[in-house]
Amino acid sequence: MQNQKSASAVQEGRRSALPQVTETRNPGTGLDMDWLGAVAVNTSAVERRAASLPARRSVKKEYQAAWLLKAVSCIDLTTLSGDDTPGRVRRLAMKARQPVRRDLLAALGMEGLTTGAVCVYHEMIAPALEALEGTAIPVAAVSTGFPAGLSPFRLRVEEIRESVAAGAREIDIVISRRHVLTGNWQELYDEVKTFREACGPAHMKAILATGELGSLRNVARASLVSMMAGADFIKTSTGKESVNATLPVSLVMIRMIREYHRRTGIRVGYKPAGGISRAKQALTYLTLIKEELGNEWLSPHLFRFGASSLLGDIERQLEHHVTGHYSASYRHAMG
Amino acid sequence: MTVKDIFESMEYGPAPESDGEAQAWLDAHDRRFGLFIAGRMTAPGETFASMNPATGEELAQITQASADDVDAAVSTARRAFGPWSRRPGAERARILYALARLIQKHSRLFAVLETLDNGKPIRESRDIDIPLVARHFYYHAGLAQLADSEMRDRAPLGVAGQIIPWNFPLLMLAWKIAPALAMGNTVVLKPAEYTSLTALLFAEICAEAGVPAGVINIVTGDGRVGEAITAHPDIDKIAFTGSTEVGRIIRRATAGRGIALTLELGGKSPYIVFDDADLDSAVEGLVDAIWFNQGQVCCAGSRLLVGESIAEDFHARLIARMSRLRVGDPLDKAIDIGALVDPAQVARVAGLVEAHGGEGEIHQPPCTLPNRGCWYPPTLITGLTSANPLMQKEIFGPVLVSTTFRTPAEAVALANNTAYGLAASVWSENINLALDIARKLAAGVVWINGTNMFDAAAPFGGVRESGFGREGGFEGLAAYSKPRVKTTPARPIAPFPAPENAQVNSLDRTAKFYIGGRQARPDGGYSRAIWSKSGKLLGHAGQANRKDIRNAVEAARAASGWARTTGHLRAQILYYIGENLDARAEEFAARINALTGKRTGAREVEAATSRLFTYAAWADKYDGAARGVPIRGTALAMREPVGVIGAFCPDEAPLLGLISLMAPAIAMGSRVVLVASQPFPLAATDFYQVLETSDLPAGVVNILTGDHADLARPLAGHLDVDALWSHSGADISALIEHESAGNLKRTWVNHARSRDWFAPEAEGPEFLEHATETKTVWIPYGE
Repeated sequence: MQNQKSASAVQEGRRSALPQVTETRNPGTGLDMDWLGAVAVNTSAVERRAASLPARRSVKKEYQAAWLLKAVSCIDLTTLSGDDTPGRVRRLAMKARQPVRRDLLAALGMEGLTTGAVCVYHEMIAPALEALEGTAIPVAAVSTGFPAGLSPFRLRVEEIRESVAAGAREIDIVISRRHVLTGNWQELYDEVKTFREACGPAHMKAILATGELGSLRNVARASLVSMMAGADFIKTSTGKESVNATLPVSLVMIRMIREYHRRTGIRVGYKPAGGISRAKQALTYLTLIKEELGNEWLSPHLFRFGASSLLGDIERQLEHHVTGHYSASYRHAMG
Repeated sequence: MTVKDIFESMEYGPAPESDGEAQAWLDAHDRRFGLFIAGRMTAPGETFASMNPATGEELAQITQASADDVDAAVSTARRAFGPWSRRPGAERARILYALARLIQKHSRLFAVLETLDNGKPIRESRDIDIPLVARHFYYHAGLAQLADSEMRDRAPLGVAGQIIPWNFPLLMLAWKIAPALAMGNTVVLKPAEYTSLTALLFAEICAEAGVPAGVINIVTGDGRVGEAITAHPDIDKIAFTGSTEVGRIIRRATAGRGIALTLELGGKSPYIVFDDADLDSAVEGLVDAIWFNQGQVCCAGSRLLVGESIAEDFHARLIARMSRLRVGDPLDKAIDIGALVDPAQVARVAGLVEAHGGEGEIHQPPCTLPNRGCWYPPTLITGLTSANPLMQKEIFGPVLVSTTFRTPAEAVALANNTAYGLAASVWSENINLALDIARKLAAGVVWINGTNMFDAAAPFGGVRESGFGREGGFEGLAAYSKPRVKTTPARPIAPFPAPENAQVNSLDRTAKFYIGGRQARPDGGYSRAIWSKSGKLLGHAGQANRKDIRNAVEAARAASGWARTTGHLRAQILYYIGENLDARAEEFAARINALTGKRTGAREVEAATSRLFTYAAWADKYDGAARGVPIRGTALAMREPVGVIGAFCPDEAPLLGLISLMAPAIAMGSRVVLVASQPFPLAATDFYQVLETSDLPAGVVNILTGDHADLARPLAGHLDVDALWSHSGADISALIEHESAGNLKRTWVNHARSRDWFAPEAEGPEFLEHATETKTVWIPYGE
């Protein structure tokens, strides 16, 4: 009891230390079947856009360094393994506090940079919180029977509540893919809405598991339903599907975010996860966001990378920028 | 800007591509270039400056070729032609392959030089132009390899004069040179005066590729050089890509000289967005349609037609997208819109936009343009109606005009409401709708849910005033070859004169015209008596005038439903015509004998019946191909009917000649206005009785009789005739080619040479090719 109290006090303190977030949370809307029915996604055209985008934009030198640092600030540094231990999670959390070597950050004038969040399973919330004490870095917990989301509904909702009670400020839920594949949009809507209610003050990221949805049109519809049901973020993947975040999928999802904003005035966040491990890919994703959604989304409040090995590649690129020499991975602390 | 500042602002910053190598190449040539003739660069002559449109700086001095230079280039090309055309295709293939490889090896140098010279973004020259150039040479290396076996019945033309535009300098060079060389022609090519540099770099690699001296000649300079090439008496073919205005001049200049001609001209291509389209993707497509290459693209989707129910939404998305377009230094790797090619082009575009007459609303995103160089902001003009000149005129700049439609039928009507017919885009997620619209559009290329897709395997070219001829595929080789047909000088055949003592012993049979399925009297009220060799009065034939031409063309135009009939139906009708002709074979044989004074009537009727059967056979078999283009999808090269074809029939075979022209045309779905054999017209007028009993819809075949020389001008000048053929004994080829420039109708004339209508090559592919246009429909797919 004593412990819990002090934990919440710490949490309060942390809240006030956070930069003021002016973004209105997504209250959701009713389920708009007309809107869903009118969704059109042309796969070939989406792929063409996704293929040409990396060649249409290029950021170099100090711009590239700044953009890579932005990418770092948007990383949900993640470990989601069966063999996670408090020690492992502590190491990850310490990396989130100091994602790039001190001397490099100093040279870049970016001391104090942290990742966007640390993302773990429920049981690892406590060690993560402990390691992050005194920072503004939130702990995100995957939930609702992650990754398949096929445990009893009551338990999935309860899992959210327990994670929030344990101090997770962000909850990454998984949707029931079967509702998408069977076209049961009402059930999907109700499910996500219930999850969102259970999240309370914690921000909810809805994982669509796009690699299992069968078509880009389904990705678009699932994105819309999740936003209508109140998701704060929509997220591509658990990282456990055979196909994770791709540019075409991302393009479809963020176009739905744009449309949702156009119709409701609400900005929903986007989180690609899985398969993003290179600095160059991160730059492409940031470009995609900037081009399709605008600079407002280029912030951890509205954009996150779900990634574990991306940071290492970015660190090497940053050292190259600072020193002019290509770097080696062992020169950077592992997370 | 500190890293921290940029971290906050998240701006792109500069991302310049180095022009060091390209500048060094220019320096190595002292920035002065001569011409490429007979495998060597000549010393620079009288020169003019070639400018970088993005900076206004001079890049190099280019030689203005003289008439003597052009003469030297043509004569070396002539000398090289014999040995080059006799080489086995496989040897020509190796050289084309070497060119493809060399383009790839020097790809960045070509790309940077192209961007310096033309102003297009480096992304486009690097990722689109140069790869397509290499692809074109690869593909045509393959065609050269196969030419000996697959093009056996076609021969190269000789020396090709090629005049190319400034919008895709090296790509248009490749489109011209590759097919010409593959077929064994030699070339004299003139780049546009704004953009000669990559052609000169290409000249350098020709030696490395082993191109024999004289096979490729490159002469630089302004329009005067083009005129000299066009006027040169020893040129066999002119291939031109450029404006419709210059295309017309070239059409007239080459008239009657027996020169093969292909024209790839302007356009005002519709971009049709239906309410069920993926609107965001359609918006993105417009970026590639009208803001690709600063809109300086002949097939640019420059006329947006959007469903009225989604227009407001679509325009809002489009305007938002426009605000993210980056205009500026074309060497910057993060630029969408570079510099227009020349200050004159900027002035032209600005002038056209200013002349919109207050109609509609102009949208331009706020963008800061560099203070020197040739720039024009991306522009959308909404709310225009078809009557506005901006909806009709080709702007050739980054300016999109937009209007709305209510129904698919109205979308097609608006799309086709233009003198042009180059390309079109159709956006819909409904395959039934998209393919139906593709079929109905008057365009040489249709992209479904896409735009500006090009490939060497996919024929490209226009209909109507966008020109004729195709580039790419086997169709492109046809434009650099001719069928091996034996011809002899045509000898005019005079009708038999009236005898001193007329023998009139039968009941008067009045031959009329056959227009719109009815027999019609001559408008002018004049007829001519037709006499047999022995002085028997065979009947009277009407003397058609321009009003009869008008009526016949109107009837043919009205019979447009014929184009939508099935090949199976057209085959049945052709068989039926053959059957009915056969039933009256003796009568026709006698008639022909009486008319010609020969004994070939029976043979001619038999051949004519067989010919009808041949085209009945072809009617459902001459059907195009699915082309292997490098996308997930397919490109259908479909054979479409030409439309309304006028034809002056051969004098010498009054029935067989007429049927040889009529049958392929109607088998493919075209309608015809036939002007019968001038000396022997009565076989044709008898023949309409056969047509009347053969279920042929009214207006599909119209038959006139009269004086070919008198009728050539009104028929060739008629703006609603799509093609005009002449196998007449009258010397009207020059007149027809000259007058055809009005609407750039396709012509096929005999240049006073006659052919054997009984020969096997008097039917088949050559005729079917003239009766059809290739429409390439790109169909990307994928869920």
